[in-house]
Amino acid sequence: MSEESKRTTGAQSETQAGKFGAYGGQYVPEVLMPAVEELADAYERYVLGNEDGFVDDFRQRIREFGGRPTPLSHAENLSGRYGFDVYLKREDLLHGGAHKLNNALGQVLLAKYMGKERIVAETGAGQHGTATAMACAYLDMPCEIYMGRTDVNRQRPNVFRMRIHDAEVNPVDVGSGTLKEAINETMRDWATNVEDTHYVIGSVVGPHPFPAMVRDFQSVISEEMRVQSEDQLGRLPEAVIACAGGGSNTMGAFAAFVGRADHRSAEQGSGGVATSARLPGAPEGTHEPAADVDLLAVEAGGSSLGVDKAEGYAPNSASLSTGTEGVLHGARTKLLQTEEGQIVESHSVSAGLDYAGVGPELAYLVDEGRVEPVNVDDDAALEAFHRLSREEGIIPALESSHAVAYLEGYEGDGPVVVNVSGRGDKDLDTVIEESAARDIAGAPTMEVFEE
Amino acid sequence: MTRSEIRAAFEGGPALVSYVAAGDPSAEATKEYVEALVDGGTDVVELGLPFSEPVAEGTTIQNAIKRALEAGMTPDAYLDLVRELDVDVPVVCMTYYNLIYQYGSEPGPEEFVEAAAEAGISGFVVPDLPVNESEPMYEACREHGLDLVFIVAPTTTPERLESMLDRTTGFVYVQGRLGTTGARDEVSENTPEALERLQDADVPKAVGFGISSGDQAREVVASGADGVIVGSAYVDIIADGVENDLPIEAVADRLEALAAELKAGARKGLPEPERK
Ligand SMILES: Cc1ncc(COP(=O)(O)O)c(C=O)c1O
Repeated sequence: MSEESKRTTGAQSETQAGKFGAYGGQYVPEVLMPAVEELADAYERYVLGNEDGFVDDFRQRIREFGGRPTPLSHAENLSGRYGFDVYLKREDLLHGGAHKLNNALGQVLLAKYMGKERIVAETGAGQHGTATAMACAYLDMPCEIYMGRTDVNRQRPNVFRMRIHDAEVNPVDVGSGTLKEAINETMRDWATNVEDTHYVIGSVVGPHPFPAMVRDFQSVISEEMRVQSEDQLGRLPEAVIACAGGGSNTMGAFAAFVGRADHRSAEQGSGGVATSARLPGAPEGTHEPAADVDLLAVEAGGSSLGVDKAEGYAPNSASLSTGTEGVLHGARTKLLQTEEGQIVESHSVSAGLDYAGVGPELAYLVDEGRVEPVNVDDDAALEAFHRLSREEGIIPALESSHAVAYLEGYEGDGPVVVNVSGRGDKDLDTVIEESAARDIAGAPTMEVFEE
Repeated sequence: MTRSEIRAAFEGGPALVSYVAAGDPSAEATKEYVEALVDGGTDVVELGLPFSEPVAEGTTIQNAIKRALEAGMTPDAYLDLVRELDVDVPVVCMTYYNLIYQYGSEPGPEEFVEAAAEAGISGFVVPDLPVNESEPMYEACREHGLDLVFIVAPTTTPERLESMLDRTTGFVYVQGRLGTTGARDEVSENTPEALERLQDADVPKAVGFGISSGDQAREVVASGADGVIVGSAYVDIIADGVENDLPIEAVADRLEALAAELKAGARKGLPEPERK
């Protein structure tokens, strides 16, 4: 173990890295702590330090296997509609169809460098499971995925894709059968097989180093956004808009604009903040603070922003806007919970946003006023899904549709960049069914096919 | 700090630490069950305060927690239940950090620890609060004279063990195997090794995760444990009672019988001259 990681071990380590103000930390069962520490050490060495050329290897693979850089596309018809320039960051064009591959490839590769022999992961929308299964097939690692039963049912194409890549898919029947339950179950598997298994967590959530590490793998999104904006717009955008479930595409889209605090200083005192380190090899000038770029995190407003505390149910997944501080899945962050601290079931028409927590760094950036949390409801997301499909020829994921939907109420002059975190092929069943049930404006009629 | 009641409970020979989830399937039943477990020879009661995301539990206790939450168990109802318990053994609160953190008007552990001490709780086991994050909880426990019990896992490194032992009072919870709670047929072969690592620690060592029979209790004590921790095996009995709609007394009798078997088994694990 390196000197570096020794300092983050044991009782003197209340001041350890991984705290974003009061958020973050490492709240996991003891059986997992050595794995988490080993991972923090590997993160420092390979990801931040580029030991053995890890980051070079990652960058090459995410280019050649993943298809980066993804384009920044001018959305002409939407720009006409709104009267300001709208650009779309096309993570839907990344291999696998979503930003999730950036992280999955990074983590599976890191697990290889660490000598791990097995991968487990959870998935909500199935995009992270698919990306992980894909990366595991590519890097020859056995892989098991946990997925809530509700999500298995509403994201069948992705279940098949995972199976086709030879991953085991384990449905989780507990609770409402969504992402929260899948995470619990994956943590249990990890605790049982921790000695040779790496848990590829799917968002900027969980114990340190996951929130920082996943952000760094995803930061390629905003690194490219900055370079592409300078090239294509001749300036940085007025705003970057991204949907926030756990917040990985969000942090990926924001990281290069937030600027970087030296994460090492976080170890010197509890006031230290581990925000936005920069992945080695980033182009000059990216990851410098850009305070005049507005960062908008669009949460799932579901059907209503309220929380039914007695029923233990929130008809939304807006933990940044409406949540309160608590501890879940390894980190202190903003949560949808009752006054007593029981986590409530969340809701979104989009499986990938349907989660009662959110990444600790986002919670921190919201408190600091650097990121503005906003939300749109299920219907608005469905409308945006159809709008982008009809007007721009791009079928967005229902998750990304939330970010697109926010344009309807956006009040600036632009240009704005919307992160299209993934493509919507996986969502077609849900969209057709929900659009018909809700009478969504602009939804095509599908009846003609049902004769 | 006052003398640890929990530690004292280990002084009369190998101790039986018994877990049930509060409110499974009702607060009233839990009262009877805990009293039966104590009648059967339980030396320390570990009473679970149900949290909606019990990541350290296996299926058995997950289901128990679900039943308890559905029956309306809350932190306040839990404290009432503790107040009403008619037992003279220490009661340890086993729960997850978020419930402790949220309790009262200000976020943080102080208010719940204070309320728990007032209700008669002697200590805490908090599986998702590793020693690194335990400072505020540790301070609150110290202030109110409560023990904070840490779990030593098979994966725990020597450095981590050292920092845990610095803060452990009451007893050390030795996690007998990787994974989550749940009754198993055999004692993990790693148990003697786990206990050996703790040989020099001046605090009682109790082994949990998987113990379900008198024979296993004997084996664990013979390996050098000062006590055994049993949960899922009792919860299986409670679940069977729920499934078959058995009266509370019938379930309580079976719990008492299992506790007696475990306690007798644990005693048999002592070398001949030390048995009483
Ligand atoms: C396309 C897409 N976007 C967004 C998300 C939400 O995750 P995050 O907030 O971590 O980006 C998901 C999750 O599955 C997704 O599939």
